[in-house]
Amino acid sequence: MSFVPAESRAWPAEGVTRVPYWVYQDAEVYGREQERIFRGETWTFLGLEAEVPQSGDFKTTFMGDMPVVLARDENGELRAFENRCAHRGALLCLKGSGNTRELACVYHNWTYDLQGNLTAVAFRKGIQGKGGMPRDARPENHAPRKLRVAGYHGLVFGTLSDAAPSIEDYLGPEIAARARRVMKEPVTLLGGYSQMLPNNWKLYMDNVKDTYHASLLHLFFTTFRLNRLEQKGGVIVGGDGGNHVSYTMMKTDALATEYEKAGVRSARHGYRLEAPELLESVDEIGDGITLQILAVFPGFVLQQIMNSLAVRQVIPKGVNRTELVWTCFGYASDDPVMRERRLRQANLIGPAGYISMEDGAATGFVQRGVAGAPEHSALVEMGGRAVASDESRVNETSVRGLWQAYRRHMGL
Amino acid sequence: MNVADIGQQLRVENLFTRYVHAIDEDRLEDWPEFFVEGGAYRIITAENQERGFALPILSASSRAMMRDRVSALRHANIYEAQRYRHAVSSVLLQPVDAETVRAVSNFIVVRTLHSGESTLFASGRFHDRIRLAGEAGLPQFEERVVVLDSRVVDTLLAIPI
Repeated sequence: MSFVPAESRAWPAEGVTRVPYWVYQDAEVYGREQERIFRGETWTFLGLEAEVPQSGDFKTTFMGDMPVVLARDENGELRAFENRCAHRGALLCLKGSGNTRELACVYHNWTYDLQGNLTAVAFRKGIQGKGGMPRDARPENHAPRKLRVAGYHGLVFGTLSDAAPSIEDYLGPEIAARARRVMKEPVTLLGGYSQMLPNNWKLYMDNVKDTYHASLLHLFFTTFRLNRLEQKGGVIVGGDGGNHVSYTMMKTDALATEYEKAGVRSARHGYRLEAPELLESVDEIGDGITLQILAVFPGFVLQQIMNSLAVRQVIPKGVNRTELVWTCFGYASDDPVMRERRLRQANLIGPAGYISMEDGAATGFVQRGVAGAPEHSALVEMGGRAVASDESRVNETSVRGLWQAYRRHMGL
Repeated sequence: MNVADIGQQLRVENLFTRYVHAIDEDRLEDWPEFFVEGGAYRIITAENQERGFALPILSASSRAMMRDRVSALRHANIYEAQRYRHAVSSVLLQPVDAETVRAVSNFIVVRTLHSGESTLFASGRFHDRIRLAGEAGLPQFEERVVVLDSRVVDTLLAIPI
């Protein structure tokens, strides 16, 4: 972390084609992001509805630094509120998930319902007429903040802002349609894990939105001759620039042919998959799109990589630390063969993923590389200087979109 | 413990010892050979296991898949130079039949990066099913399940545990 004098914190005149490195390094900027972005007019992804399917189910998560409880109340409604006791500010829920009728802070046993209302204060009237709170004390007025909650086809988002637009408007029509494409039916959880990244949270979002790096950094497909250079695809930038979808189309029968060709061709080069069944996949959505990455500002990713479906939460943990929470899922209608296929394809993703392990390393390389250069900037001019959808993924348009949204929220 | 049990214990512990030395000395090409041909390997978190979720962080269901993993690490995946140091202890055997035994043991792995930073990278348990007389008469894994205590992996997990 480095200290950057306020007068140096001006965005370069070139606009979104430059990213000044102090945005990844400065503690004051980090604090302002918490206020203006995570507690501001954005929607943060909190989890899947499938994580809290029954009344009484809850999970704990974060909106930026702020700890949050997501719960399904006794009426079956989704609720989210700050995980902070009204009394002295302790976490009121310590578990990662569970089912309960009420939550009690362990410190002094103040109790809450699953809507986040304070329902009981231990010894409020004292014991035998002694102690207790004054009659006019109103601890209820100090209750944890409640979030606006929006479910969208199984995805759950929350915001503290009354001014944030509806979730549909926030996503934008094209991004919303692509989210519905994956969330097309009820989902079932396969499990999850986290990856702790040695870098600022924005470097991960920047990486997710960087369609240019995929074929250059992630060499798994190229090394094993499994990709085709002429793959069709594109990138769609939506919302106010902060949301995007990139997609690739590779016919599964063409992929099968590629295996065979790969076996012959790459044998000469010495590299081939001995067990290509790892990549055996089906076009379950029926549109030929084999890979779709969808990101929503500030920190949500919805992924379809062949039959590997997952949501990722990008949670800042300080200026140069980020927790990436992966939750993998299938559809409730999956047969055992499809379930096995998804579990097998989990080898492609996560901290040990054939096509994702480099991301954690690369973003850390940037954090370390820019350590002495807060006043310098990254160059983001692939595909031009605009923020617009494009057929080519040799393009940084969605990266520029991220910084367009970021600057607007931050007033930079 | 009778003499036969002690012999079995030593053979299994010898398998574990050869396994961790191969990985810690970067002889990853030897790694699949510790398994029977259709052997299975997977890394999962204790949390997923306890909640009944099957999702692995890494998995292979044959030696061929393990060789693909090593080949990708050697030729395709990009990660900083690093080495592991395993410590394995508390090896408890449970007989299954005359040919097979189950074992559970504890491990910790210290990861040292080329920058010189050594950190406790992983801790957990190995849950194994072992064929006592595999190829060359040595014990081999039919299944090795690595159960990580933590749900969080630092940066990336390239080398198998």
